[in-house]
Amino acid sequence: MPKSVAGVLGQFDHLDAACDAIRDLKAVGHRDLTVYSAAPNHELEAAIGDPVSPVRLFTLIGGLLGCAAGFGMTIWMSRDWPLLVGGKPIAPIPPYVVLGFELTILIGALSTVAGVIILSMLKAPRGRPYHPRFSDDRIGVFVPCAADTAPAIETLLRRHGSVEVTRDA
Amino acid sequence: MSVVVHDPSRPTMTHAEVTRDVVRTITDKPTTGYYILVGTMAFLTLVLFVTLGALLKYGLGLAGYSPPIMWSVYITTFVFWVGIGHAGTLISAILFLFRSPWRTAVYRSTEAMTVFAVMTAGLFPIIHIGRQWVFYWLLPYPNQRYLWPNFKSPLMWDVFAIGTYLTVSSTFLMVGLVPDLAAVRDHVSGWKKKVYTALSLGWTGADSQWRHYTRAYLYLAALCTPLVLSVHSVVSWDFAMSIVPGWHGTIFAPYFVAGAIYSGVGMVMTLVIPLRKALKLDHMITEYHFDNLAKLTLFTGSILFYAYGMEYFIAWYSGNTFEQTTFWRRAFGPNWWAGWSMIICNAFVSQLLWFPKIRKNITSLFVISIFINIGMWFERYVIVAGSLANDYIPYVWGQINPTWADWCILAGSFGWFGLWFTLFYKNFPIVAIQEVKEMIPMPRLKPHREGF
Repeated sequence: MPKSVAGVLGQFDHLDAACDAIRDLKAVGHRDLTVYSAAPNHELEAAIGDPVSPVRLFTLIGGLLGCAAGFGMTIWMSRDWPLLVGGKPIAPIPPYVVLGFELTILIGALSTVAGVIILSMLKAPRGRPYHPRFSDDRIGVFVPCAADTAPAIETLLRRHGSVEVTRDA
Repeated sequence: MSVVVHDPSRPTMTHAEVTRDVVRTITDKPTTGYYILVGTMAFLTLVLFVTLGALLKYGLGLAGYSPPIMWSVYITTFVFWVGIGHAGTLISAILFLFRSPWRTAVYRSTEAMTVFAVMTAGLFPIIHIGRQWVFYWLLPYPNQRYLWPNFKSPLMWDVFAIGTYLTVSSTFLMVGLVPDLAAVRDHVSGWKKKVYTALSLGWTGADSQWRHYTRAYLYLAALCTPLVLSVHSVVSWDFAMSIVPGWHGTIFAPYFVAGAIYSGVGMVMTLVIPLRKALKLDHMITEYHFDNLAKLTLFTGSILFYAYGMEYFIAWYSGNTFEQTTFWRRAFGPNWWAGWSMIICNAFVSQLLWFPKIRKNITSLFVISIFINIGMWFERYVIVAGSLANDYIPYVWGQINPTWADWCILAGSFGWFGLWFTLFYKNFPIVAIQEVKEMIPMPRLKPHREGF
């Protein structure tokens, strides 16, 4: 079990209230927030202000590797066991475009999935509180903090309309 | 004065109601009808595997294979099932990139249909090759004969295309399922909670997860889009790369892709119309969604209409006796009934969807969808077996004689597909909870102006 992180968890029913709270928390220096929601939302993304996910690098590198593997495999195997058909090239490119294309897609897609698993699941912050309502209809904002700063954060969350504020030791 | 116009793409539900209504389809006790359906599908699957066992023991002589028709019902059914899969990827990936809001309510069921249809299709080349136990010779692996597959053959392209399609469409389905499985996990208890907890892979909906997930989903959709267009193109080249009259056509790739989407949308309607009634999801999958599906059917059906016309026109205009004979016999030869079934069910029946009254009538759509399924199976039968029956010289012309082994495998394939689909919709969210919620604006304390 990962060690639980101390902090304050606020629950919101309203999108604008949660966004305002996130912006205010960041303004007073709380950057390591965890925001839970049942569906992705552009306003929440803008308030959190994270950079674009690096998962695209997994897609790009996987796709390029797949393309190289597709052409490399077909050309090498054709030359390793040449099929000589009257005057035709042993390793023609046009038919191998199909295999290069398919492997680009295959390895690109599998790398993307590997990327999202590594980045979203394995590297996700652990030990932070969760509530089942977050997969339903509520937005959760968790602020890691020491016990002495918790009251100020609780007040900020309540002021912005949090419907439930709990402290996690 | 402002006029409030109801946007039919946005469900009039709250987020909590979406979760409740979809999770209910999983937690409600299955009805007797459901058990009968599963039992029927399991029986048909048994028929499939018993017949396959007989084919393994006695060989392909049991099926109606006789020269010149060495590709018959099995390859016909292979192309039919691959085609069925295409609508799912079109709706889940291509319409996602086009930001079509109506896809959200139906895309999970169509995507599941895609995966199970491709799983069904994948059985057929293995059944068809005769020596099923050495099917792995199709794969490039180091062996004691120092041989590699011939990558210039369209059949090898097909191995890679179908393998890629099955893998990528399965991962796309599973990636989309993860947040929804987390929602189910939070609403069940006991052993079910343990199962859904394991399946949801620790999903919490944290911003750090959505950040990578949404981008990954976008890239997967972008990769699936050319894939869906390529797969049926490659399947069409299994035929078009040969010189058999009726197969050797340059329009085959777009013709097959349009036909695949047409047949797939037909199957979507066949499945989803009864499903929404059985699972009481009428309020989520509405007439609006079927109207859009019908427009997609009309569009692809019209492309098919054009392709059929163009095939006959080019056969006549080319002055090529062999092409002309093939197409003459397609309409007036011994299998005229198959040729006309294809034209009537696909080209003509689809044109009924120009009428909004028909598009908005769920019963008529269901009937039309059955015609589409029948018509598209006959299209492949006419192209695959019908063309081989009319080769270059009348001396080698043959008759198609399907046997009980052909029909049992065909019926069994519906059982195999149906069994997976019926088990899926009772154990997994059949409507994408998270994506439907994205369509519903979240409550606000202060009024919000769209676009600001």
